[in-house]
Amino acid sequence: MPCPKRGEEIKDEQKIANTMTNPDNNISERIKTLLFDNKVMIVFAFLCFGAFMVSGMQLEAVVAEVFTRIARNGFTVLALLIPVFAGMGLNFGIVIGAIAAQIAIFAVVYWRFTGLGGMMLAVLIATPLALLFGYLVGKLFNKMKGAEMIAGLILGYFADGLYQLLFLVLIGGVIPATDPRYIIDGGMGVKNAIDLTGSLKYSIDRVKIIDLALGLLILVVVITGVKLFLHLKKKRQLERKDLIIFAVVAILYAITYVPAIEKHLFADRINLIVALPLFLLFVVIRNLLAIYKNSKKPDPNFNRPRSIFYIALSVLVYILTYVPALESLIMSINLPVLPYVLITGLCAFNNGLLNTRLGQNMRTVGQSQTVAAASGINVDRTRVIAMMLSTLLACWGQLIYLQNIGTFSTYGAHLQIGQFAVAALLVGGASVSKATNKQALIGVTLFHLLFIIAPQAGNQLFGDAQIGEYFRVFVSYGVIALSLAMHAWQRKKPLEEITAD
Amino acid sequence: MTGFKKFVEKVGLPRLIIGSFFIVLIIVALALGLNAPFLFSDIIRRWMMYSILVLAMVPGVQSGIGLNFGISLGVVSGLLGAVIAMEVSFVNGWFYHFGAGAAWLTLLLALAIAIVISALVGAAYGMLLNRVKGSEMTVSTYVGFSSIALMNIVWIMLRFKNGQLKWPIGSGLRNTASLQESFGGLLSDPMVYESPRSITVYADVSDVGSVSVQQPKSLGFLAIDVNDSGFVLPLGLILVFALCCLIVWLFSRSKTGIALSAAGENELFTLSNGINVDRMRILGTSISTVLGAIGIIMYAQTYGFLQLYNAPLMMGFTAVASVLLGGATVTRARISNVIIGTLLFQGILTVALPVANELVNVSALPEVTRIIISNGIILYALSKTRGGNQR
Repeated sequence: MPCPKRGEEIKDEQKIANTMTNPDNNISERIKTLLFDNKVMIVFAFLCFGAFMVSGMQLEAVVAEVFTRIARNGFTVLALLIPVFAGMGLNFGIVIGAIAAQIAIFAVVYWRFTGLGGMMLAVLIATPLALLFGYLVGKLFNKMKGAEMIAGLILGYFADGLYQLLFLVLIGGVIPATDPRYIIDGGMGVKNAIDLTGSLKYSIDRVKIIDLALGLLILVVVITGVKLFLHLKKKRQLERKDLIIFAVVAILYAITYVPAIEKHLFADRINLIVALPLFLLFVVIRNLLAIYKNSKKPDPNFNRPRSIFYIALSVLVYILTYVPALESLIMSINLPVLPYVLITGLCAFNNGLLNTRLGQNMRTVGQSQTVAAASGINVDRTRVIAMMLSTLLACWGQLIYLQNIGTFSTYGAHLQIGQFAVAALLVGGASVSKATNKQALIGVTLFHLLFIIAPQAGNQLFGDAQIGEYFRVFVSYGVIALSLAMHAWQRKKPLEEITAD
Repeated sequence: MTGFKKFVEKVGLPRLIIGSFFIVLIIVALALGLNAPFLFSDIIRRWMMYSILVLAMVPGVQSGIGLNFGISLGVVSGLLGAVIAMEVSFVNGWFYHFGAGAAWLTLLLALAIAIVISALVGAAYGMLLNRVKGSEMTVSTYVGFSSIALMNIVWIMLRFKNGQLKWPIGSGLRNTASLQESFGGLLSDPMVYESPRSITVYADVSDVGSVSVQQPKSLGFLAIDVNDSGFVLPLGLILVFALCCLIVWLFSRSKTGIALSAAGENELFTLSNGINVDRMRILGTSISTVLGAIGIIMYAQTYGFLQLYNAPLMMGFTAVASVLLGGATVTRARISNVIIGTLLFQGILTVALPVANELVNVSALPEVTRIIISNGIILYALSKTRGGNQR
């Protein structure tokens, strides 16, 4: 996308020019740009705050619900980032990933597999399906460069049609399936809703910390084993780092056998009062590391005041947790462990990807396909990989979503996924060409906050919960319309300036 | 073989496939012994019912805004016009005062209000689309969705008195409002001219309770039951559609119309000829929106019900798919595309329902077919026109 790039450059130059001519305005200018860049988020935050005040809902209930919903939907929203990196815009086609997940869920439930084992089987079935679908979507998008968003949207509807054909006619009609619990009387088509209670419900949410630790150990053992094998075969040198990681994990796992610690690890939830300081500690360490690295090797893009601000903010938040009212609020919230671990893992993956060669290629393709092709990057292949990854992640996201919801609405569960995920991402301040983990997480929080509050607020304001509900739907469509329009608008402006020159 | 290839190229692959599918379906339907007069009158009725909505695509494409997924703006304007007209008619007791003429008056008022609103909304929408050149389709899709969602709030907040429109209990308007006691079927239903209708009168106007209204038999030519065979020719509807087509055709032959399609075909060339391209696009969008408003009123009068709330959400997709099926592209659309496309699209859906019911007992099959065909054809058209050379 050469146009927005050019636009950004022009803006940056203007910004530099501004700061150079009046250095006094530096900070106020900065605050202004900061506010302007986050306008959607700020407006939304005010909206949520106002709606909350009107709704008269219990703060504790709202906060608890928000954390549940982040666990439920966060993964799917984060799955949207990779196509944005690759310049393919907002991937409305994640519906197709969700469809792959639902086919797998149906198969697993139908074959009566339950619990975590059943979920793993679902992952095993869904993954190749999602990769295949993602490959096809990527191939199709390569035929429609520049129209990926509208194509993705319509492709989602098209896939929904095929999905309905599969579930309404083919299952039972062509593919033999007779179980009366899931098949409509008459033998053709799958029932409207499938209850996952007792089969897959909470199969991810209820994973105990101790099992997670075991899983981590097994993973590290396997990885180290493979590396050792390669070392013995003289194909790759075993590094000291690998052994250290193995040792650390092994020791950590050994610690879990200490009775005093062990009894805490049988829980499947972690209290926010434990999780929050951990998170704050992570933020502080990360920013300190960044400052340290920068002092050794200065980086022009590094923003030192911002890092210091984050550290100060973390400390402040930590102090605030000792305020009794807040403390009791925080203590009342328990987070399911594995979903949050998975969300954290995906954030790390998204960040890590950008540091790999593939991620850099995606960035280049996203900025200009011509430049990317000229520098020897296989543009089409990179784009297909981006779509495959996004579809796969969306598929896993849908698995997390369905096991948490507990009822698999056969013909409706996937319909709004793309819509809501995209709206949530945009609410966090992302745009068609730029999105980060932070924006995704803030977005999913704010969007679902409004989700929870709007019906109550509508009820209090107009005496009708339905109005709040409609308002919420309007906001989710509206925010997408607005942000697409603003993006197109901004993209057009620099073009005009250039032609005017 | 080359002759065959040429033929395929000329007709277009999707039209060929869907067209043969349509013919096969009709043959199967007749072979199954389905009632032919009913089937064919259903096809004609639905063909005409959707055709004005599909016609609304033509000015949009000609003026260069592409496929107007934002036709929902016109649709909600039309619905707004219709509900206001029905409420005015009810509160003022038009049926009590004017008898049979009241239905026509309501229809005309609905059209008048709808045209005024949609022209204004369309102009504003055109200005927006001028700001987002190159991304019109994505933006217009979501503008369309937002407009439907916004109107949901309006529908639920309107406090009307007409019992046909409002919920019996609670507040706001109904999901589906019957037009039985208004302009429903005037242009397409022979029953309207055969037997009188009983219409509730607003208590503030008179305490008669209800009046019986009979449309004059002399107007019966508007909806003919040919030889009482069950084959209905909705002549009124056909005439209205023909009139709309004529207006669009005459407009496209006029000086402004030629400038408009020139703007759509080559912006820079048109600009260098001193034509204001942006104004032409606004005009095109506006006309498209107005046709959408008229289209939904005609749709509702044929269907017999006003569908509010989320019912028109995907109507834009149906219209877009129909015109593409008729052979239009993102940059070129003609009236013939509208006529052929709507016939094929609606024809298949009409025939598919009874056939599917006979063969396999899945009532949702036509809906599934609709989703697959409409979105498949849009995808096909997008892949053809963009062709990977956008940037």
